[in-house]
Amino acid sequence: MVETTSQPDISLEALRGGDRAAFAKLVDAYSAPIYRLSLRMLGNEQDAEDALQNTFLSALTHLSGFEGRSSLLTWLYRIAVNEALMILRRRKPEVNIDDIHAADDDETEDFFPSQFVDWGSLPENALLSSEGKRALDRAIQSLPENLRMVFLLRDIQELSIKETADALGLTESNVKIRLLRARLFLREQLSAYYGERTLQENTND
Amino acid sequence: MTEHTHIHNCKSLLGALSDYVDGELETELCREIEKHIAECENCRIVVDTTRRTIELVRAAAPLDDGLPDEVRCRLFKRLDLTEYLKPQK
Repeated sequence: MVETTSQPDISLEALRGGDRAAFAKLVDAYSAPIYRLSLRMLGNEQDAEDALQNTFLSALTHLSGFEGRSSLLTWLYRIAVNEALMILRRRKPEVNIDDIHAADDDETEDFFPSQFVDWGSLPENALLSSEGKRALDRAIQSLPENLRMVFLLRDIQELSIKETADALGLTESNVKIRLLRARLFLREQLSAYYGERTLQENTND
Repeated sequence: MTEHTHIHNCKSLLGALSDYVDGELETELCREIEKHIAECENCRIVVDTTRRTIELVRAAAPLDDGLPDEVRCRLFKRLDLTEYLKPQK
């Protein structure tokens, strides 16, 4: 997404110098993706709106220190991830958020496929019926937190591997490992769900 | 993880799966994967359904939905930017 759309015409110098019209432009250019990410990370509109507001408040405070090594959007994503994590930490103190930034081992054994139902050729309107969409949402929500962050940024917000790594403070190889695990985990969940429907369809034939 | 390796079994395919479905795997390894999945039905299914999983997630979560108007108004207010609040296109 970031590479394919051109950056809006916002002067970094004006932003750093505290130009409020430029900041308003920044807010309008990037508030929608930040809100969507927050909504998906947090699962409800009130928390997502808090994270959105806190992200831009924090951006306003820290803009003078923005060095332009990443794109503005990646920088905002990084702030948004941290704001959302703070909300999650308050809400679920038992979740160990530190795991999100920890390095991974190389073992993907636990994620080795065990479902081999060939549901890939079911038509999209069958896969994305309202019930199918709910199953998909449930599967995404059930991803372990450290995998979900990577998956949301890379596969839903469509950031590159490098941008995802920058936004989460991970190495690219950690992002790749987590992305693979997240995809395999979801594939497994969806195979269990759609697999039943494939069988039903075949029985009805 | 995938460089300079060969896709000779299901486990090595798994290591290259993400790059393969993202279209970021070098041609030689793509050929090895295609050769493997022509003979291994389970891996063929894993590749197809992984690709489909990502397509479905993207189809179900369109990227172009904007910010709800009232959320935008409250954001501008919180940031003390209401004078710049113009109607959205």
